[in-house]
Amino acid sequence: MLPYLPATPEDENVILDQLGLKTADEVFHEIPQSIRLKKGLNLEGSKSELEVEGILKALSEQNLHAGNTPMFLGAGMYDHYIPSTVRYATGRSEFYTAYTPYQPEISQGTLQVIFEYQSMICAITGMDVSNASLYDGASAAAEAALLASSSTRRNQIIVSETVHPDTGRVLSTYMEQQGIELITVPMKDGITDLEVMNELVSKKTAAILIQTPNFLGYMEQVEELEKLIHQNKGLLILSVDPISLGLFKSPGEWGADIAIGDGQSLGNYMSFGGPALGFMACTKSLMRKMPGRIVGQTQDTDGRRGFVSTLQTREQHIRREKATSNICSNQALNALAASVYLTTMGKQGLQEVARQCYDKAHYAAETITKSDKYRLAYNQPFFKEFPVISSVSPENIQSTLLKNGIIGGYALERNYPMLKNCILYCVTEKRSKEEIDGLKQILEGMT
Amino acid sequence: MREYNKLIFECSKEGRKAYKLPESDIPSYELPASLARLEAAELPEVSEVDVIRHYANLSQKNYAVDLGIYPLGSCTMKYNPKINEEAARIPGFAQVHPLQPVETAQGALQLMSELEDMLCEITGMSAFSLQPSAGAQGEALGLMIIKAYHQSRGGSKRNKIIVPDSAHGTNPASAAMIGMDVVEVRSNKDGGVDVDALKEILNDEIAGLMLTNPSTLGLFEKNILEIADAVHDAGGLLYYDGANTNAIMGITRPGDMGFDVIHLNLHKTFSTPHGGGGPGSGPVGVAGHLEDFLPVPVITVKKNKYDLDYDRPLSVGKVKGFYGNFGVLVRAYAYILTMGAEGLKRVSEMSVLNANYMMDRLKEFYELPYDQTCMHEFVISHLKNNPADINTKQIAKRLLDFGVHPPTTYFPLIVHEAMMIEPTETESLESMEEFISAMIQIAKEAVENPEIIQTAPHNTSIKLLDEVSAARKPVVKWKGYKKDE
Repeated sequence: MLPYLPATPEDENVILDQLGLKTADEVFHEIPQSIRLKKGLNLEGSKSELEVEGILKALSEQNLHAGNTPMFLGAGMYDHYIPSTVRYATGRSEFYTAYTPYQPEISQGTLQVIFEYQSMICAITGMDVSNASLYDGASAAAEAALLASSSTRRNQIIVSETVHPDTGRVLSTYMEQQGIELITVPMKDGITDLEVMNELVSKKTAAILIQTPNFLGYMEQVEELEKLIHQNKGLLILSVDPISLGLFKSPGEWGADIAIGDGQSLGNYMSFGGPALGFMACTKSLMRKMPGRIVGQTQDTDGRRGFVSTLQTREQHIRREKATSNICSNQALNALAASVYLTTMGKQGLQEVARQCYDKAHYAAETITKSDKYRLAYNQPFFKEFPVISSVSPENIQSTLLKNGIIGGYALERNYPMLKNCILYCVTEKRSKEEIDGLKQILEGMT
Repeated sequence: MREYNKLIFECSKEGRKAYKLPESDIPSYELPASLARLEAAELPEVSEVDVIRHYANLSQKNYAVDLGIYPLGSCTMKYNPKINEEAARIPGFAQVHPLQPVETAQGALQLMSELEDMLCEITGMSAFSLQPSAGAQGEALGLMIIKAYHQSRGGSKRNKIIVPDSAHGTNPASAAMIGMDVVEVRSNKDGGVDVDALKEILNDEIAGLMLTNPSTLGLFEKNILEIADAVHDAGGLLYYDGANTNAIMGITRPGDMGFDVIHLNLHKTFSTPHGGGGPGSGPVGVAGHLEDFLPVPVITVKKNKYDLDYDRPLSVGKVKGFYGNFGVLVRAYAYILTMGAEGLKRVSEMSVLNANYMMDRLKEFYELPYDQTCMHEFVISHLKNNPADINTKQIAKRLLDFGVHPPTTYFPLIVHEAMMIEPTETESLESMEEFISAMIQIAKEAVENPEIIQTAPHNTSIKLLDEVSAARKPVVKWKGYKKDE
């Protein structure tokens, strides 16, 4: 007997009798013999809970992690504080063992959570409408580009070189499939080159996609970009770090048409890259073309407030090949985590987290560059990440930091060959002054 | 129990806080005014007690697998083991950064590499990518691989994909997502692919065929070898939608049936929870001739050292940031370890026996359009004795009154008033009886007291919801803060 399989031999006999069968194997008689497996699967035998626990613990102990090693690494995934309320709510199995809310009368918990999630995403981004979540920031960018292309009926997307490299890769993969032209604009001084952008944007451009703060941590010149694309009647897609919205102008305030981003920072563990969530919010005029699930408020037959999945004629289970996207499962439990995070931090907390990230990152940048060995790559406003150039090789720096029990930043040369010996450091609210000073001391001692 | 009907925004009171951060020991730095947010985001202001009560109350408005049988066809709502949840939360998994040096994440990479090998063995494929976030993303990736394969052989005009009329909606939607045209093939009277009709539409513009086997009708495609040969002979490739793999583990393998590309749903077959709609995980497996097209990065192992390889010139690219929904992979890995080879086979045996048992018990009362041995799920249609013309939606809503979850309704589209039932192997005889007796009771009510069905649900905390006006005048966010809106 296996713990997850309740059928006793007697139960199995009741079933076999009902079906007029002698053995379980007979129930597979519709499968041609020629493709039946002749021997058992070549996997190990069943293991007890204690054994499984032991194996997983041993594997996990081979990994360094943010719980035992201070991290100055960001580059798209961030070590932010996660309140205990998030673990509590996402650990409630009424949430995590439910399916997509197909029967609204017995799924009001999930549906209301999504409605509140949409409301809070709209609040922080300053946009009109949010969907119920997408897979991650990178695929949200691809979905936003497809939405822009279909709503403007234009076949060209312009993306800045300063977006996350994975965003660039995923975007290019999807655009290629649909035959949409994708143009990449280079950076100048760490931000999107406005002059080149000016030359490229035309009445053929469906949208420009800008990330701010960008992959290098710098704030982009959104005001100029917004004017440029809107003069050409195209759309502005802004990818943002949701934590930055506690301090910096929101996509709504910048005049964006579509706001997207990776929601991992909102109460989701880094988990070696997922699962977290992508978010997407847009203006009201784009609502009926938005991909993914949307929850709306309504009433029951007694006039009580309730929630349902709505505008479903956009979706694959109704429209099949004419749907606005193929997305079905999204990241609902991660959206729950984001909701609980935003609820717990609240109006003041989001500002305080953003402020602490900003101050600590600026203190770190100032401290590290006091030594003449290190300087900031460019002089631009930044949020919680900044690139530092030195004469010391990144490999040398990283391994020295590791020996001292610190996970260092991200070597930018991997994606930007011209940024030699350049490391992107990230400082969140979790880093203390002591840790930052410790980092500085080790860097100072490097030759 | 009191009825809870508050939005979190309605619990808000100025000045309340549910968090406390360490005091910053760093001076404040100036923020350029031109970049500063003009108006703070209107998030709730509540205490920690408010947060916990709110979400505890909301959770109680959900039905869930941990509360009872959830026989949604094609969704495989099996029990989600608790050890898997604990494993995914171990700090050495949950708090690992995807870009930290690979030598500091060897355990994570080893787990992924071993999981790839396990999935290869279970399905008979030669390589897997764990990158896709869900089944639909897996489908899109699988089709990209098929497209890239044809392009590499100069067959770029092969841009049509054949999809059976019984297929999941994601199949045609995924094809459209990657710019392929969909050609539908009809089902035969036994619910399988009509092989003659298939042969008629096969030509040199066909990239391949997407097939779910067992099909969405819960039936094994008996002609699979003939279908595979026909598609391959015409130069096409065969794609396996793994939504229904729960029926075949240790019994037969897609690789041995002739499939070239497959995706699995770890959140179905491999017990990871559905989370109210995600996160899922949709790994894609390929036969040997397609390995070069897998997305980057690919996990490599040399002398017991794991690494990530981005240098793959024929790769289709990337569909998701980083490497996949790792937290979901940890759960699936734990599940396969727990079950072992024999356990997985037992899963398929019991899931198929359970489905056949329920089908046999219900066919006296409900139309069974395909009366043959089913696999892990089956599809019934309307009531046999139905003087009041009760429809499937009404039956589903009445089932709510019995405290069980209804089946998948109105799918597959080729069955009128369809109800698709998948008990899974983790339901006991007793819990199946609970569902069966509710269905039989409804069949009796349909004759004796149809009104009780037509006006259902009666016992839920909320009654039938108005979906029409929700779509006509969408209210998709809380507007209470600004009364003038």
